[in-house]
Amino acid sequence: MTITIDNLVKTFGTSSALNGVSLEIPDRSFVALLGPSGSGKTTLLRIIAGLETADSGHVLFGGEDVTNRPVQRRNIGFVFQHYALFRHMTVAQNIAFGLTVMKRRDRPSKDAIAARVDELLALVRLPGLGGRFPSQLSGGQRQRVALARALAREPAILLLDEPFGALDTKVRRELRGALREIHDRVGLTSIFVTHDREEAFALADTVAILSAGKIEQFAAPREIERAPASEFVRDFVI
Amino acid sequence: MARRRMKAAVTESRAVRCALILIALAWLALVILLPLLAVFSQALARGSRAFWAAIVEPDALAAIRLTLVTAIIVVPLNGVFGMCAAWAIAKHDFRGRDLLTTLIDLPFSVSPVVAGLMFVLLFGANGWFGPWLIAHGIRIMFAVPAIVIATAFVTFPYVARELIPLMSAQGKAEEEAALTLGAGFFQTFWHVTLPNIRWGLLYGILLTNARAMGEFGAVSVVSGHIRGLTDTMPLHVEVLYNEYNFVGAFAVASLLAALALVTLAAKALLEWRHRDSIAATGH
Repeated sequence: MTITIDNLVKTFGTSSALNGVSLEIPDRSFVALLGPSGSGKTTLLRIIAGLETADSGHVLFGGEDVTNRPVQRRNIGFVFQHYALFRHMTVAQNIAFGLTVMKRRDRPSKDAIAARVDELLALVRLPGLGGRFPSQLSGGQRQRVALARALAREPAILLLDEPFGALDTKVRRELRGALREIHDRVGLTSIFVTHDREEAFALADTVAILSAGKIEQFAAPREIERAPASEFVRDFVI
Repeated sequence: MARRRMKAAVTESRAVRCALILIALAWLALVILLPLLAVFSQALARGSRAFWAAIVEPDALAAIRLTLVTAIIVVPLNGVFGMCAAWAIAKHDFRGRDLLTTLIDLPFSVSPVVAGLMFVLLFGANGWFGPWLIAHGIRIMFAVPAIVIATAFVTFPYVARELIPLMSAQGKAEEEAALTLGAGFFQTFWHVTLPNIRWGLLYGILLTNARAMGEFGAVSVVSGHIRGLTDTMPLHVEVLYNEYNFVGAFAVASLLAALALVTLAAKALLEWRHRDSIAATGH
């Protein structure tokens, strides 16, 4: 699904987080929001998700204005930096959550939910771990569960907020590959936030570089390396 | 052998350890166990029949009933209020948040006697609302409503104070995750927020209950000490004690102590039965 971001502005108190940000993200693309801390990239992602509201500007999914649509009805999957798994639920209950809270007439049967959970556990390569609690898993496993949970309702859009930020380098590499594979297989439009240049360039089709609430450049990694749009991009990327 | 030497290097000698443990146990016995034992032994000094007679005596029964009724009204109210306040303070940022936090603490810093007097000033015959209440035939002072209000005031902060640090530490990421997964407000609260705080909530409610049943100062000011009508258990204990009816006083006191012990035992039992989920939710 295409995502259109039209002139978003957001201020927190007196400091501005977003200063008129516009982006056009094509269907099925994998976009990285890259920038130093405080550049507004997480705020932008949370506004796209509906977890924050912008002061002005619009967000469109597939041409439809969703600016005032509550987060529950945006049909997005969201992956948090620190997993945000429900600690009192098993892995299977976590993954099934998005399905079990559906209205009765839309909700799949118990068996269908269980089958979907197994399918998702297989997708993230954690078969058989449905009965564990999050506290019994490693960081990488937890993030895989969070990914499976976010995909349960078959969202068209996947948003990830520094998804590998809390993991060590080796696990990070593994998960990166897994994420890209899932993105391609499921046919998602994905946006992920990172401050790691190498990660953004290795994973994304297009990279948006942010600084002080503005987009400095929005282009393919090779294009950015070939022709950095500003002094800031040159310093940050090279 | 090597292991023994290692252990000795990081702990005190056996004699010091024993001495420390003994001191701690002696202090515990002196401050907690001995007084408790004294209450029960005094209550049973004239045998179990005298004990029983002191408890089923009509005024004592009325006091027990009043104490239970007060607790039954106050504990759920302050439980719900405390949970809402903690949720608002810990999970949201709004203007006046610090003021609200301070206000919640107010009953902790005000002496219970002063709290009682505040309600006399509000609802007493010469108080702000007194004449209006009398004109409309509504009785608050020296009656059950005043006792309930005073108890509610004194026990106001317990649940909120228990939950605010817990909920702040847990953050709001899980709630946000639930929202992105399509859960509504009540679903999020019921499936995510509440299970994560249930042990803290239970503990706060037990503390509220213990204090509600045991409150003396504030209730003493507003109750009017009408025997059989507005005397709660702690007030009744004082009355009996001042009349040199020691068996009666200690019988009711021991019942009050027993109620507290039962709540503690219930808490310990629940914690033991649910130790896995307590470990999982991290408190």
